[in-house]
Amino acid sequence: MSDAASSAPGSSAPVPSAPVPSGPASSGPASSPVTPAGSPTMGSVAPPPKSNQILRDIMGGSVVISILAVLLALVVGGILIAVTDENVQAASVYFFSRPGDTFNAIWVSVSGAYGALFQGAVYNFGGNTFVKQIKPITDTLTFATPLIAAGLGVGLAFRAGMFNIGGQGQMLIAAACSGWVAYSFPLPYGIHLIVAVLAGIVGGAVWGGIVGVLKARTGAHEVIVTIMLNYIAVYLISYLLRTPGALQAPGSSNPKTPADLPTAIYPDLLGGDFNLHAGLLVSIAATVFVWWLLSRSSLGFKFRAVGVNPNAARVAGINVKRSYIYVMLLSGGLVGLAGVAQVLGTVTSGFSSGIDAGIGFDAITVALLGRSKPWGIFVAGILFGAFKAGGFAMQAGQGIPVDIVLVVQSLIVLFIAAPPLVRAVFRLPTPGTAKKPKQPKPPRDSSAQAKPAAAAEAVAAK
Amino acid sequence: MKLELRGITKRFGSLIANDHIDLVVKPGEIHALLGENGAGKSTLMNVLYGLYQADDGEILLDDEVQHFAGPGDAMNAGIGMVHQHFMLIPVFTVAENVMLGHEQTKGLGRLDLAAARARVREIGSQFGFDVDPDALVEDLPVGVQQRVEIIKALSRDAKVLVFDEPTAVLTPQETDELMVIMGQLRDAGTSIVFITHKLREVREIADRITIIRLGKVVGEAEPTATNAELASLMVGRSVELTVHKEHSEPGEAALIVKDLSVVDAVGQLVVNSVSFEVHHGEILAIAGVQGNGQTELSEAIIGLQDDVRGTIILDGKSLVGLSVSKVLDAGVGFVPEDRNVDGLVGEFTIAENLMLDRSDNEPFVKRGTLQLSYLNTFAEEKAKEFDVRSQGIQTPVGRLSGGNQQKVVLARELSRDLRLFLAAQPTRGIDVGSIEFVHKRIVETRDAGVPVIVVSTELDEVTALADRIAVMYRGSIVGIVPGNTSRDVLGLMMTGEVPAEITTTDSIEGALL
Amino acid sequence: MSDSMNPSGIDTGVPDVTRTLDSSGPGTATQHERPDSSNGLATTIVKSWKAPIGFAVFTLIALVLFVILGRDGDSTFTLSADSDLIQLPDITVAARLTGIIVTVLMAVITVVAFLRVRADRRVPLWLTALLGVLFLFAFLTWVDAGASLPVQVPGLLVGMVSLSVPLIFGAMGGVISERVGVVNVAIEGQLLGGAFVAAVVASITQQPLLGLVAAAVAGAAVSFVLAAFAIKYLVDQVIVGVVLNVLVIGLTNFLYSQVLSKNAELLNSPPRFDRINIPILSEIPIIGPTLFRQTIIVYLMYIAVAAVYFALFHTRWGLRVRAVGEHPQAADTVGINVNSTRFWNVLLAGAITGFGGAYFTLGSVGAFNKEMTAGAGYIALAAVIFGQWDPIRATLAALLFGFASNLQNALGIIGSPVPSEFMLMLPYLLTIFAVAGLVGRSRGPAASGRPYIKS
Repeated sequence: MSDAASSAPGSSAPVPSAPVPSGPASSGPASSPVTPAGSPTMGSVAPPPKSNQILRDIMGGSVVISILAVLLALVVGGILIAVTDENVQAASVYFFSRPGDTFNAIWVSVSGAYGALFQGAVYNFGGNTFVKQIKPITDTLTFATPLIAAGLGVGLAFRAGMFNIGGQGQMLIAAACSGWVAYSFPLPYGIHLIVAVLAGIVGGAVWGGIVGVLKARTGAHEVIVTIMLNYIAVYLISYLLRTPGALQAPGSSNPKTPADLPTAIYPDLLGGDFNLHAGLLVSIAATVFVWWLLSRSSLGFKFRAVGVNPNAARVAGINVKRSYIYVMLLSGGLVGLAGVAQVLGTVTSGFSSGIDAGIGFDAITVALLGRSKPWGIFVAGILFGAFKAGGFAMQAGQGIPVDIVLVVQSLIVLFIAAPPLVRAVFRLPTPGTAKKPKQPKPPRDSSAQAKPAAAAEAVAAK
Repeated sequence: MKLELRGITKRFGSLIANDHIDLVVKPGEIHALLGENGAGKSTLMNVLYGLYQADDGEILLDDEVQHFAGPGDAMNAGIGMVHQHFMLIPVFTVAENVMLGHEQTKGLGRLDLAAARARVREIGSQFGFDVDPDALVEDLPVGVQQRVEIIKALSRDAKVLVFDEPTAVLTPQETDELMVIMGQLRDAGTSIVFITHKLREVREIADRITIIRLGKVVGEAEPTATNAELASLMVGRSVELTVHKEHSEPGEAALIVKDLSVVDAVGQLVVNSVSFEVHHGEILAIAGVQGNGQTELSEAIIGLQDDVRGTIILDGKSLVGLSVSKVLDAGVGFVPEDRNVDGLVGEFTIAENLMLDRSDNEPFVKRGTLQLSYLNTFAEEKAKEFDVRSQGIQTPVGRLSGGNQQKVVLARELSRDLRLFLAAQPTRGIDVGSIEFVHKRIVETRDAGVPVIVVSTELDEVTALADRIAVMYRGSIVGIVPGNTSRDVLGLMMTGEVPAEITTTDSIEGALL
Repeated sequence: MSDSMNPSGIDTGVPDVTRTLDSSGPGTATQHERPDSSNGLATTIVKSWKAPIGFAVFTLIALVLFVILGRDGDSTFTLSADSDLIQLPDITVAARLTGIIVTVLMAVITVVAFLRVRADRRVPLWLTALLGVLFLFAFLTWVDAGASLPVQVPGLLVGMVSLSVPLIFGAMGGVISERVGVVNVAIEGQLLGGAFVAAVVASITQQPLLGLVAAAVAGAAVSFVLAAFAIKYLVDQVIVGVVLNVLVIGLTNFLYSQVLSKNAELLNSPPRFDRINIPILSEIPIIGPTLFRQTIIVYLMYIAVAAVYFALFHTRWGLRVRAVGEHPQAADTVGINVNSTRFWNVLLAGAITGFGGAYFTLGSVGAFNKEMTAGAGYIALAAVIFGQWDPIRATLAALLFGFASNLQNALGIIGSPVPSEFMLMLPYLLTIFAVAGLVGRSRGPAASGRPYIKS
């Protein structure tokens, strides 16, 4: 306990004030004006300091930790690949007689997998034309397009102290709105695209805004509401997709919409040989917008104040509840852009209820990896886009299921959220703690239990 | 049981909270531990109770050295504690709270609630408490909750009982009752450590007094010592806080508060029909024991309370029902009592905090965009003017000392065109140099003709600053008296009484019961 | 409420249904007494009108649906299956008349609730339950009106229990974890991990019981990561939970594609538990087939619910768990090790949830499939909140959610006027209503979600 208390918070962020030894109550959790996560509140402002802590963790950690976390996750992924590889299994049977075979098999399987991942995500050495050689990197950017937009949405909400786990629902509603405009209203070039994009943004914003309104008006916790709204959106869209006259393509019995009209499709950026579409430009514009919003605008200033200290924000005349509504509208709109990118860029021939492709959840990991900063999210989005593009190439080439990417992604986030763990694995010094942590007694509680995990990872890293 | 602390030292980083403290408490005596807020009293007791591990020194009970790894060990050794913030679980019954941690069980591992109830009644009857074992703690008045804390400690056969600032949350009657209980416990042979900073209580009940200051024992005294002797030991300087201030020439009434009542979120009337006026060029201090409605009163003025009845008129404009930002726009400057919670965003820079309550207004924001160059110039200027010591205006405020943090708040609030300045506990927890600075600025603000309200629980501060003093007690204003009223009178008024010889200066002093 | 203990003074302004429900009896004099009320300061009593308002809303829906939009014709309810020993006759009712009667009854209940609240009395749970059952009955009648097929009541109930089993196990895990102060969003991951490991172990050993045990271990393993990150590394519990779910989905998908699907015979053909008919009990009409012709996992579930309820409220363990979740510092000061209490109980919660995962592979489906839990963990979380962190209520909520999910199957057969998707949405909608306070304010354990950092 003492170990956890002294290392974890101190390492990540400066303590807001000098420690005043007035008793445990002054710093103890019991007396801090917090609202429990599970308990909706009403009336006065419900500050979420626990998310402040995580926000500090997200933004206060160093780039080094991020890179090491990615490395560590790749190592764990590599172990999984090696262990489940049939050749490795076969060779390990006679490991003690010829260990070299096992190591060779491990090398073959892991290097093959990550090689395929790289070639699928960045540069295809085997391509016989220039187009084929550089197509992977454009695929990466294509996959990154919705990840960036959705990651910005989730990250923006984080900055205002809100967890938006409702990316899936917001994307689905946005996709439905955008797709509906795209296939049913013949409009001139340009205008049609703009209207379709705006429709998606509005759809996502409304679905996100519900969360903000419920939080502001009733204190309903946004985590619960967003999770629930995801399922409601799934069933709503499923219903609309199988109902003639709603979203279902006329004359079809499949739960699928008609194809977009060509006037509403994002134009290709690099010509027909590549999948890359103008949605990327929209995502870049969105990144610039969020950067401006957070660091240069009055609204963003308020969001950040509310996110870090809602009490002080309220006393300073900032309308905290209204901020919750605004930030969820904006967050939903940004996530909606991801849905738009899917419908108008990636799947233009009509979509079904899987159009969100798990991006809503990936966005959380993107936002966390990007430390909720606009350009960090941009880079993280491209990284995870590369994982996706490479993952599919790996599945096709090496027969390694693309799901390994999910494992690596979630491990990255876990590691990033716990810098002490990463430091322990790589035996890095803990920053900001000059004095040696004293060890008056052997750890007897949770700190002891967590050690084996760290130790196991340390072994794995070697 | 005899308790002895030898050379207890406890550090938090570079801060030494306890510096080689020695203390002996004999069986059957009430030993008062006297010291200012932050002197290290609570830290010492938390070491004794096993919540903190001392860096040095030892604890002896009946001359045997003890090693407490946690509160469980301390309790088993016979130490009980009545915490300042009660360690009771609100949704549990009295009996459940009392049994927690040393539960008796019967068949199938069922809790033996009957035994716990009997224990509560037994201890209760022994000391004349009447506590229903099946009442939920959250339904009980504060004074009764404290008795539950005492029962909890006694149910574990505590031989040494520590009371940590037990009277901070009590009314005078409840305080008197507690004194009686402490006397009974002493007579029953319990050793009592009584932590407080209130001189009256110490002299009334203590058998011996140890005074600590800045983490060190600075002296021992008998209960016969005078207040002045105890106070000078406690504060360490015979210096009185004096603020150079000219006699004020109050102008017209600027703020008129009439029949103001505030109902809190649970329906409690926390401010009860309060009326007063503040004139231009005048400092009205609102004095009183913490928790008598001062906080809610200032929050009502600034617009932070939802259910406000009555009138608040500033320069002819009603403030009731306005949002906080509208009240700020009306020219009210506000220094909240807890700057870390309500006044500053610790992660924000000094510059950002300086525009915290002007995030909608020119010149800081134009067309929704922050004017960063203006902000930086402004911040540099204010940091210099208010002597904010830091590594530059981009330093996060959380890294500043308390005094410098408070200067940032002050700089922000005083750099607007004020029609009213309201400062709650403006010098709480800051160093002496900063206190002087803050006081100087408050007086300057008054001299500029701005009506000022200072809410303070510190009598020194009240008497140093105030032109007039309103004393609050249980949500009402007991009386409004001149700034030179003696401390004795003020102290009496803080208990709700109005001495006969005092005539309050205001005719609208509110509900005098 | 906790304000008297809470120096921050932050409160919710909403009257607390939980407290009045939990207090020793209705109408006690202390019920509305505030701290300091002895001071002579006036206190205003805040009443909760939410229950009667909620009732009124449902009554209105009933009025619109069953009376104004009422359907003519008869509805038939079949109460026994052909194989049952005791045969109950089918019940046939006139749909519109039933709708009118039920609506009137619901109106009466609503009025009673209004009167009770006005008299400062609480609205008892059974009144809410009665209203719900009446509404459901009228709804089924309305749906079946004029349809050729009857409503198969036994099938409906058996399906409900079947779909509820993982939800209930998950809800028990959620209740324990949240009661001890750790938000458990990872129920989904615990279920999925349990399902996967149960399938593999049971396939290899051909022993379903070993699979069951392995599922508990797997659930506890997922919990271990949650506990380690939440307690040791102070990572936000919601984030760990969400990410853990993704991790387990990724892991099981990967292993399924990479290993299981290639050796399905060896690794993914677990033997299923046989149904055990409990003598006599299983022949009780309606109840017997629903509750007492089940597999061992379901019987284990009955025991689990009873045990969690009993242990949480009547044993030392439960008292300490609740203390740690409500006020960890107070627990610490009486010598309870907060973080280790949390750690072990989060593990326990994972193990219990793991049983629910085993039900997928050893009870209902019979083999592991990718993402086969399909959000059951999130519904279980919803049941925890809807059930106000109480094992019995959470179980009832899980049954309700299971019923709603099953209803769409049943209605699909009859030919329902309500699209099945809307039935499936119901649990989620109800949960939003619950957290938004329209049903009654939900108050979780006060310290849930907050790491305990010793000064």
